[in-house]
Amino acid sequence: MAEKINIIPWLIAVLLLVAWISLGQGSVPVSVWSGLHDWFNAMPSKEALIIGEIRLPRTLLALAVGAALGMSGAALQGLLRNPLAEPGLVGASQGAALGAATVFYFGLFTSFGTLAVTVAGLVGAILALSLMLGLSGSGRPSMVILAGLAISTIAGAALAIVLNFAPNPYAMQELVFWLLGSVSNRGLDSLFVLIPSLLLGGIIIWTQRPLLAALSLGEQVATSMGMAVNRGSRLIVLGVAILVGASVSVAGNIGFVGLLVPHLLRPFTGYRPDQLLIPSAIAGAILVCLADIFVRLLPFGQELKLGVLTSLLGAPLFIWLVIRESKRWP
Amino acid sequence: MALISTQSLKVDSRIRDLSFELHRGEVLGLIGPNGAGKSTLLHALVGLEDYLGSIECDDRAFDNYTRNQRARLIGLQPQTINSAWPISVRDVVSLGRIPWGDEDSNAVDHAMQLADITDFSERRVDHLSGGERARVWLARVLAGQPQVLLADEPVANLDIHFQLSVMDVLKNYAAQSHGVIVALHDLSLAARYCDKLCLLKAGQCVAYGTSDEVLTESLLQSVYEIEVDVDLNRMPPIVLPK
Repeated sequence: MAEKINIIPWLIAVLLLVAWISLGQGSVPVSVWSGLHDWFNAMPSKEALIIGEIRLPRTLLALAVGAALGMSGAALQGLLRNPLAEPGLVGASQGAALGAATVFYFGLFTSFGTLAVTVAGLVGAILALSLMLGLSGSGRPSMVILAGLAISTIAGAALAIVLNFAPNPYAMQELVFWLLGSVSNRGLDSLFVLIPSLLLGGIIIWTQRPLLAALSLGEQVATSMGMAVNRGSRLIVLGVAILVGASVSVAGNIGFVGLLVPHLLRPFTGYRPDQLLIPSAIAGAILVCLADIFVRLLPFGQELKLGVLTSLLGAPLFIWLVIRESKRWP
Repeated sequence: MALISTQSLKVDSRIRDLSFELHRGEVLGLIGPNGAGKSTLLHALVGLEDYLGSIECDDRAFDNYTRNQRARLIGLQPQTINSAWPISVRDVVSLGRIPWGDEDSNAVDHAMQLADITDFSERRVDHLSGGERARVWLARVLAGQPQVLLADEPVANLDIHFQLSVMDVLKNYAAQSHGVIVALHDLSLAARYCDKLCLLKAGQCVAYGTSDEVLTESLLQSVYEIEVDVDLNRMPPIVLPK
């Protein structure tokens, strides 16, 4: 059994290191220090432009998206008492993608700009999660996965309709690329949507830590200990939907982060779902940022999409998890 | 003054018109066939079931307590319980502090001592035997220091050694000016450990009183529909099907 240690300071140290590497990584070698310095002081140098306008948004976006996905995975797994729960597997990501794509491509609420796409993503994620919870009836692992599959399939079919009626082939290609998941070329204004969503969703979930802890022993025990299980569960779903909706609407589908990160960290937090939230958020940020650095290092002409890479790495681990779960007690 | 009392309690058709009182220091045993309403009654007392009629705790109506106040007053050990995660014994027990919003290590240590699980407090709950685990679940309730402890068949699936050790924990807890309500299938244990018994059948109390008054051959035969051998003068008392 792994010892329970406070891993948060270590994770933060790794996070800073990875962020620094990410700022230094690109086609042009640039001094990160002088670039940041010039950018903060609004000096119009080449370094300031590259670091401040391209790499900093990309790095911060990768960190924010990763944090949102890591925390939402930890919250969902705790809520459903199911180590296989993940935003992508329970239909939340697909719901968010459908919502965002619909608004984006039918040009609805254009006066609200990126906010409209984000809100649509959020609404899509809430709808998908609510339908999933309604369909699964309980937190039973097999039912959650089945209901999630059903909802993802429906959302995927609806998304196909949106693609089908895309205004032109170029628009369709753009939509598909966006769906594959990436944090490049997004600009700083995406962060103005993502950071508040990250804080809001994170705080909502953070307030429900006692419920996540109590649910370890089941709903009956949680209720008998004075927890408002229904209300709290809905709040957690809302928090997850905000996190997933915002990150998908900005960066597309980046799968398996919410599955892998909580799973890898669980032994270090004594398997306690309430103590897993913050470490998962930080480690999610690290993982997505690392993956994004890796994507930039690949020698292909066309950049491999971030979401494709996380899926390639995540899927085998998911299969391994399924095999291990099938042998687990009781 | 009764610690907890009910008047004409009804839970849809599963509990019909039930009244009883529990005093400090008492162990009240709920006995009766499967489906008699034992679990339903315990669930109603912790807010897991809606009810009609009145429940009073310390002479104050149940509805006047907040959810959290009630959780501090009454702790439930459900019939089936499982930990979704392989957390440590100490962490399971400290979950019992949730109604108080702390992880008071004194209360947790004390509860582990009462349940005699201190020796393996750092082990993971999935690595324990059934008997050890049953005492861990019980320690979780004890850590909340409830005035009333409800236990739903806490000795089911336990060997005779652990049956007695769990019942001893409950009896000792009641003796410290608390109240305990325990649902039991083993009538010999009920006779041995309970101060009062409530014999339920189809949601109604057929008999309520001391074991001498409730565990009679004729009453048990009418409720369980089999012949029963009762010897309460023996120590330990014996109640067995013929």
